[in-house]
Amino acid sequence: MTASTINTNLASVNESNRKSPLRYLHPATIPKPLRGWVIPALLLILWWATYRFGWTQSQLFVPISKVWETAVRLSSTGELWQSLAASLARDLVGFVIGSLIGLLVGGALGLSRLLEDLIGPTFHTLKQISLFAWIPLISLWFGLGDAAKVAFLALAAFFPVVLNSFEGIRSVPREYIEVARVFAYSRTQLLTRVVLPAALPSIFTGVYLALIYAWLATLGAEYLLTSGLGIGNLLTDGREHFWMDYVILGVIVVGIVGFLLNWIASRVEARLLRWRGRSVAQF
Amino acid sequence: MSAQATVDLPLSARQPASLGLHRVIRLANWWPALRRLLLAWPFPMAIFVLWSLASHYQWVAPQVLPTPETVLTTFGDLLRNGDLRSNGVISFYRVIAGFGIGAGIGLALGVGMGLSPTFKDYVYPLFKAFAQVPSLGWLPLLMMLVGIDEALKIILVAKAALVPVALNTFKGIETVPTRYIDVAKVYGFSKWQLLAKVVFPSAFPMIWNGVRYGLTHSWLALVAVELLASSEGLGFLIVYGRQLYQMDVVMAAVVVVGAVGYVLDKVLALIEARLLRWRREAF
Repeated sequence: MTASTINTNLASVNESNRKSPLRYLHPATIPKPLRGWVIPALLLILWWATYRFGWTQSQLFVPISKVWETAVRLSSTGELWQSLAASLARDLVGFVIGSLIGLLVGGALGLSRLLEDLIGPTFHTLKQISLFAWIPLISLWFGLGDAAKVAFLALAAFFPVVLNSFEGIRSVPREYIEVARVFAYSRTQLLTRVVLPAALPSIFTGVYLALIYAWLATLGAEYLLTSGLGIGNLLTDGREHFWMDYVILGVIVVGIVGFLLNWIASRVEARLLRWRGRSVAQF
Repeated sequence: MSAQATVDLPLSARQPASLGLHRVIRLANWWPALRRLLLAWPFPMAIFVLWSLASHYQWVAPQVLPTPETVLTTFGDLLRNGDLRSNGVISFYRVIAGFGIGAGIGLALGVGMGLSPTFKDYVYPLFKAFAQVPSLGWLPLLMMLVGIDEALKIILVAKAALVPVALNTFKGIETVPTRYIDVAKVYGFSKWQLLAKVVFPSAFPMIWNGVRYGLTHSWLALVAVELLASSEGLGFLIVYGRQLYQMDVVMAAVVVVGAVGYVLDKVLALIEARLLRWRREAF
């Protein structure tokens, strides 16, 4: 670890400051687990104090308590949950469709050089188009409803899955295939026992990225194709009516959902790839 | 997949056995490249033909799918009357300014977190929470705080670049192998020498990866903001065409969006290749 090494160098510098009465305020004196909370706590205090002492008259400023009240109100009327459910359902459907098609295409490109040569260049060209630039085209072709949103989400999930499953299959070590040949594996055996397990980590990276992109795209789709319910619509509503409490609540909810999606994906990945950690110990 | 029958004879080609065989092998050497070149065209051509047929026989309304000629003509018109260039320049300026700011702050944050564990303890949790909300999640909040002017675009683009750059810089510095540091200590390197000659060169590939991701994300975010709130720029051109039901304008602008994204990434890849030349020279 670089950091610790450099820190030992710094330690000698700190030695001279030891006698200072200010030493208790030095950042290093606060216990480690608490350190992450210091800045958020200071910010919250600043927020609270701004309201308490009336430092700003801005219409945009809302006290923490108001955000909390809005959160309670919207969740008791069910508006928050309905929006959240609508967004998540969309996110999931688009993600699943996009990932499945992505897996098929990526797998086909990875397994067949002919297909790679035929479709690869076109795919790599289309990939360059910034994701959100597709929305106007999609909205003309699919309308403004859920079909368009799901199509857009599927597209967002599609690209990373294709790229990573293709890379994963292509980077299966040649030796593995040779061993499988020695064991006279059939084509299906080769695929299910060698290629797929070896490519799985990379495929998972793609699916993971797809999950993150799909959530980003969910928000984008809800901003740009404004119809129906969703967290994006909640945020847009709040902005249009200058309800800062709505907007802050929306941002927090978006953050929590993003965090949970990340967490679930990393859990699933760790579980599915558990065999990798043990395989060495078995020999 | 791996059993690609590559012609593995260049050694025998050097033997002056027979001129005819030599020629055949030379041909075989560039045949794969030629094959790739030839095979890249049928698929896009097929789509193009299908598109032409569909629009000529009006299987779909021309507002939804204009003929390829219309798109080409529009493209030429937009190029000639300067619409494409002026909007492209504006978008380009925004992405460079926002990316520069975001990458600069991200680099500073990443270096700080990578070099000082204390700083990391304080900042990292908040940074992670901040990163959980996708760029688009911050959009409504920013719109309320800074309006929909130039500042909005620059801040959002900067945020999109900041997160991957900071994260990769931090991880890159953190994962510098301890052995490198040990060797540097044996040589009695000063702190600056350690940083300049060991830590940064070793962390550079990962940092640069973050920079490339950052630029891609910046471009993505910029197009999204321009679609949502702008009166100029490539994203605006797309919205404008969409509102007037001029799909030819939309498609032309989408092509340029893709091209700019491609060029931006290519430039960074070239810089990387140039900066990392020393790696190959070492062996």
